[in-house]
Amino acid sequence: MTARAIWTGRLKIGSSGLPVKLYSAVEDQGIHFHILDAKTKSRIKQHMVNPETGEEVPPEEIRKGYEVEPGTFVLLDDEDLSKLEPKPSRDIEVSRFVPSGHISHLWYDRPYYLGPDGDSDDYFAFVQALKNEDREGIVHWVMRGKSYAGAVRASGDYLTLITLKHSEEVLSDRDLPAPQARDLSEKELNMAQELVGALEGELHFENFRDEYRDRVLDFIKAKAKGRKPRLHPLRKKRPTASLERDLARSLASLKKEKKVA
Amino acid sequence: MPKRKTRAKPEPEGEQESSTRPFWSGTITFGLVSIPVNLYPATRSVRSSLRMLGPEGVPLHRRYFSPETGKQLDDDDMVRGYEIEKDEYVLVTDEELERLDPEKSRDIDLRLFVKNEEIQPVYFEHAYFLAPAGGSVKAYQLLAETMEKSGRAGIATFVMRDKAYLVAIFAENGILRAETLRFSDEIRSAEDIGLPKPKHAAKADVSRFEKLIKAHAKDQLSREELRDEQTEELLKLVEQKRSHHQDIVETGVAEHEPEKVVDLMEILKRSLAGKKAA
Repeated sequence: MTARAIWTGRLKIGSSGLPVKLYSAVEDQGIHFHILDAKTKSRIKQHMVNPETGEEVPPEEIRKGYEVEPGTFVLLDDEDLSKLEPKPSRDIEVSRFVPSGHISHLWYDRPYYLGPDGDSDDYFAFVQALKNEDREGIVHWVMRGKSYAGAVRASGDYLTLITLKHSEEVLSDRDLPAPQARDLSEKELNMAQELVGALEGELHFENFRDEYRDRVLDFIKAKAKGRKPRLHPLRKKRPTASLERDLARSLASLKKEKKVA
Repeated sequence: MPKRKTRAKPEPEGEQESSTRPFWSGTITFGLVSIPVNLYPATRSVRSSLRMLGPEGVPLHRRYFSPETGKQLDDDDMVRGYEIEKDEYVLVTDEELERLDPEKSRDIDLRLFVKNEEIQPVYFEHAYFLAPAGGSVKAYQLLAETMEKSGRAGIATFVMRDKAYLVAIFAENGILRAETLRFSDEIRSAEDIGLPKPKHAAKADVSRFEKLIKAHAKDQLSREELRDEQTEELLKLVEQKRSHHQDIVETGVAEHEPEKVVDLMEILKRSLAGKKAA
């Protein structure tokens, strides 16, 4: 299987340019439901409606406005909005290279691959150089009328480009108070440390499958055949009453498991 | 497809009533220790600032209708269906989806801890802050402190709404954060895409790029650089029109009731501090 590039451009570092193609790095595997009319079991329709009169407003009559005060709108027409679109460009402009890992996960949005467009010598040389310097590039570009910020990184032998969220979108945890109950006892901390240590391992992504997706699909198939598949009961969980006791029991049962294995 | 808001969610015992509901409520377990928590998105969308208005400027609402009868439908008149053949659907309720795997619908069971840096950036999807619920502050604090000290993230799978997620729990500044991760079959490999086989790069080319990288190297990235300039431009135009009394409609109909405009940050602060959300 090969994927089609969704955009082509040029990674621009200073006055140097590297022709690249952009590919989506994710593939949607989700199960999609439709919303149906419960009585007729057909797909619902949605319309924009004037809530006062209940009248439907056809798409060509809909206007757009920004609410400046409750109930007061400034209208923006298509001409206004197209004027606000950033100037089209094929350049993915690198503003700076920051140390790898400098950007918190919170900023990452959607991942893409960048592949070479045409000759690949420079492309693979750039990947190697990024690895050697242990940095990632912060980039800005305009794609389909929208401006984006992103991080260009070396992943394996290739370049990935992950779009970054805007600063207004990311809440900073620096302004948040950490929950504080009381001082934890040395004993509790040591046991928790031991427990985390006992559960430590390597992360193999391929070991985690979306089993729930399989269950949902099996359930749907069974229902389609007119069967009534069995479901699990819902139970309530009791919260931890004694931290120390639960930690001790967890450690004991983990040790037992290890002996058996 | 409209999102249904009226989903029956598991509520932890002793959960305080608040006007702003958390995104998900459940329990983090590690070993036999269970910590009831509420999940709040760590990001907010600011782009959707334009409203759709009628010809006279009245803010419009999205409504759902039956295609046959043309009747307007309320939440209770709509069901979720999976299309098995054209126009043939299997109906699935929220309760059924939850009962397919009730444990995962309520628990984030941490059975694996890994080094923070082991998770590659392409996997990250959405971030949420976790706040302790139902008197779990001490256990919360214990897990946060332990993970932060050891630089470890906890890994689990859980079900939120109608989808399962792989999730990594991080501790930073005493606060637990859940970041949903993509499953590996959702990530394409370079081979899947058909990228050309890697070539050995000539030394001279590599060092030319190294020099370029060094020349543009900075150790910091400011939030300033990630400003949403497109939205700022839009707001400028709005202000300009407003000051010229141009293209303004006063409808007397507020799209948002003022008291409903809540500051997510404020809610988070309150719930992390163990106070009742206003």
